[in-house]
Amino acid sequence: MMVGGADLSGGGAERFKALALPHLDDIYTLARYIMRSASDADDAVQECYLRAFRHFDTFRGGPIKPWLFAILRNVCHAAYAGNARLVFKAEEEVQAKPVWGEDGDTPEQAMLRRHDSDTMRRLIGELPAEFREVIVLREINDLSYRDIAIVIEAPIGTVMSRLARARGMLRAAWIAAEGGGVSP
Amino acid sequence: MNCDEASVLMHALIDGELDAGHAREVEAHIVGCPDCAARLRELQDLRKLMTPANLRYAAPASLRARIEGKLPAPAAAVTSRRSVIKGFAFGAGASALAASGLLLMVMRGDEQKRILEEVVSAHLRSLQAQHLIDVQSSDQHTVKPWFNGRLDAAPPVADLTAQGFTLLGGRLDYVDAKPVAAIVYRRRVHIINLFCAPAPGSGHRGAVMESLHGFNVRRWSENGINLWAVSDINADELTEFGEKFEVALKQ
Repeated sequence: MMVGGADLSGGGAERFKALALPHLDDIYTLARYIMRSASDADDAVQECYLRAFRHFDTFRGGPIKPWLFAILRNVCHAAYAGNARLVFKAEEEVQAKPVWGEDGDTPEQAMLRRHDSDTMRRLIGELPAEFREVIVLREINDLSYRDIAIVIEAPIGTVMSRLARARGMLRAAWIAAEGGGVSP
Repeated sequence: MNCDEASVLMHALIDGELDAGHAREVEAHIVGCPDCAARLRELQDLRKLMTPANLRYAAPASLRARIEGKLPAPAAAVTSRRSVIKGFAFGAGASALAASGLLLMVMRGDEQKRILEEVVSAHLRSLQAQHLIDVQSSDQHTVKPWFNGRLDAAPPVADLTAQGFTLLGGRLDYVDAKPVAAIVYRRRVHIINLFCAPAPGSGHRGAVMESLHGFNVRRWSENGINLWAVSDINADELTEFGEKFEVALKQ
């Protein structure tokens, strides 16, 4: 089996597209949470894909998602380093609304659920960067601890302890925001 | 297990990251500890609020189009008839030559794949069936002699506790329908099974890292023994384990 893609002609591009483009929404989601802005996320994702394609020959096979996440993370960090204003920029209004309403939801339940999810998105967005990324990789992208460790270049023990702290912070923030216990 | 350990490990528990043995330990602690039980409920409640579908973002179509536009277009799919004929003529000649060798390569590949499957299955079995260890000891001088009379050759056993890999013991297992020694190590909460099978005549063969079903496998050969280290720890740590093991045996 050919691993990676030294062939960067049309054929390599097709293979890259077939492997990498199906994960666009996942990559974009992490970018939105890291960059906290739709336009910056757009730029970061585009740069991530172009960079991934240029270095496709270094991809060693296996699941491609952690590899793409790691590249995205580097791109985002470089963007932050080159553009300090991003750190202080207020979060943009959440624009992209997902498809809501699970089966059997009454309009009231659907509204509550939507309210909960909007709050949760905001609270995740407010976590410090190193806790935000493990939450997004684990809870939203369903990565294993091992894959998260690869993406953030840290030992699995660090992944576990950060995740534990991140969840603790999220719970405290939720209680503060909703003024009561966590009761879904 | 104390509450500090349990309150971190319960995250791994709800994430499905614990092996059966440790999951049981955490669960046993939670059953007997109202504080930790409450903590676990809080975690599960928090989780229910985090439906991934509602927290995802969809990439704008314009972004997708922009990325596709910047990647090279596919190569023209039109192939001239001449090159097809040429390729075919070459192919017929070459395939006759290559057939025997190629078949051999395919078979060898299959064989290795099958053994890889077997060691990973043996690793999984050891975690699930409450049969991780036959001889429980962190002393290499207890573990190694236990295999006397059970295997044709005693397996290499090294104490790597100082290097961060705790020796838990050994077990008799089967790979490729032959009895093999499994030396069991622990790295934090992760189990490493080191399978050792005698392979007379095989000299030194450098390490190869493979991965299957989410497990990493490092295989190598030394002094007429084939070794496979299998674990869910990451490839770097498993490499570290293999290297430390090799160094320890040479001392």
